[in-house]
Amino acid sequence: MAIDRKTIERTAELANLHLTENEKIEYEKQLNDILNYVEKIREVDTSAVKATDYIEEIKNVFREDVILESINRDEIEKIAPEFRNGHITVPKIIE
Amino acid sequence: MKFDVVIGLEVHAQVNTKTKIFCGCSTEFGADANTQTCPVCLGLPGVLPVLNEKVLEKSVLAGLAMNCDINRYSKFDRKNYFYPDLPKAYQISQFDKPICIGGYIRVGNGENEKKIRLNRIHMEEDAGKSIHSDDPAVAKSFVDFNRTGVPLMEIVSEPDMSSASEVYEYLTNLKQTLKYINVSDCNMEEGSLRCDVNISLKPEGSEKLGDKVEIKNMNSFKAVKAAIEYEISRQTEMLEDGEKIVQETRLWNPDKNRTYSMRSKEEAHDYRYFPDPDLPPVICSEEYISNLRNSLPELPEAKKNRFTAEYGLSDYDAGVLTSVRQLAGYFEEVIKLGINPKKCSNWITSELLGKIEDAEKIDSFSVRPASLAKLLKLIDDDTISGKIAKTVFAEMIETSQEADDIVEKKGLRQVTDTAEIEKIIDDIIAANPQPAEDFKNGNDKAIGFLVGQAMKLSQGKANPQIVNRIITDKLR
Repeated sequence: MAIDRKTIERTAELANLHLTENEKIEYEKQLNDILNYVEKIREVDTSAVKATDYIEEIKNVFREDVILESINRDEIEKIAPEFRNGHITVPKIIE
Repeated sequence: MKFDVVIGLEVHAQVNTKTKIFCGCSTEFGADANTQTCPVCLGLPGVLPVLNEKVLEKSVLAGLAMNCDINRYSKFDRKNYFYPDLPKAYQISQFDKPICIGGYIRVGNGENEKKIRLNRIHMEEDAGKSIHSDDPAVAKSFVDFNRTGVPLMEIVSEPDMSSASEVYEYLTNLKQTLKYINVSDCNMEEGSLRCDVNISLKPEGSEKLGDKVEIKNMNSFKAVKAAIEYEISRQTEMLEDGEKIVQETRLWNPDKNRTYSMRSKEEAHDYRYFPDPDLPPVICSEEYISNLRNSLPELPEAKKNRFTAEYGLSDYDAGVLTSVRQLAGYFEEVIKLGINPKKCSNWITSELLGKIEDAEKIDSFSVRPASLAKLLKLIDDDTISGKIAKTVFAEMIETSQEADDIVEKKGLRQVTDTAEIEKIIDDIIAANPQPAEDFKNGNDKAIGFLVGQAMKLSQGKANPQIVNRIITDKLR
């Protein structure tokens, strides 16, 4: 499958990335190279292999419903771009 | 032109666990903003979510109670989208292998009975909460991540409902079941039960579905009902005027009693679900499922049917008593002590329920089942009248004393001694010659006044049947 300009723009939009024209050209080429490389895997005969969601065979990993200590709010304030009255502050979401 | 209404619901019920779905943060409601978070629910890099075993257990229980098939193999997927209250930029949910599939909830009675089919129940994490500043100069939203990672089960129905009242009943039954099996508190004000409505209209009998509208932001079942009724009339008018229904999300405004368009920016909806590599699949063994099935209590519908069949209660009374599990339990405790079920039911529905605020908290009500049984026995063996019993009951609630103690102390024992009652009646007839004369001359209504006077004079203690009989004997 080839990646065209439209796919690059759509992917960037979904990933919330703002790309320059040059970046779009660059990524279109890079992503096509990557996909062509991965195409090789199609040469393997997988007709007898069942589709799988996970590569590991682990299952049923649970934790008990026991309260653990939460982190101090100051720690969030340190990493939040903006913090006011105990809340992480962001540009207004709805008009 | 007539239209068929097609409604499907998505209900998000908070699973009532102590901790979040993938980390040990508390789910307690009402904490200060951002005090119940950790690197896992904040979505910081390098953390590992681990499934809370109680969330799985309670979701399976809900599925079993709602007649679903439990998927032996179930998994979690990432649903990708950007929103400030979603710190990872994806929500962990279940896409193609949800924990429960199919199932149904019954609504209506007898001939009008209808099964509302479920599509699925899946487990997922809640997002955070944002508050938006009203001040245009501020133009900020404030995000609280305490809710982020709170466990939810999303119960998705098929579009099988066709009226607001059907939806109301579906929600009532759903909530009752979730509470019976203790998997959710279903408190709409605290956000532990939320409901999104998908609604469309199509020409009567038509196979083709109309364009649908999603309604959100209703915080009570009444609001859901009102929003649906509003939306049906809005869409009917539009279609009759030849207008096209816009597929959109609308919000309910409870003050203006109408829905309005959310007018969000046209977002590119492409969630790009894929299996979450951090969470291994969940395999439910036959043994696990059958153990949970065996632990299910009697469900509301079965209990109601049993109450009518076994105790001869009316459909309505059985419905009231079984609406809350704790109340049904209380009722059965009382009748176990030899009380007639109908009399007990009448007392609970007409007297007791008016005295308590919340039937779910009846286990902490000051009058315990054994004490109520004693009171009802006193009515039954004519020790006190039903009217006096109400006074005694009020006193029992107030002081936690036993009924017989109150009756003795206050001298409320019913007078059944005919000689004593006869004396009272002689006085009444002497004092009220006109009504006595009227009754004598065939005016049946006049006896009511005389009985009332006699009861008053005896301070409610005379047995009204005996009073009635003696007056009749004396005057006719």
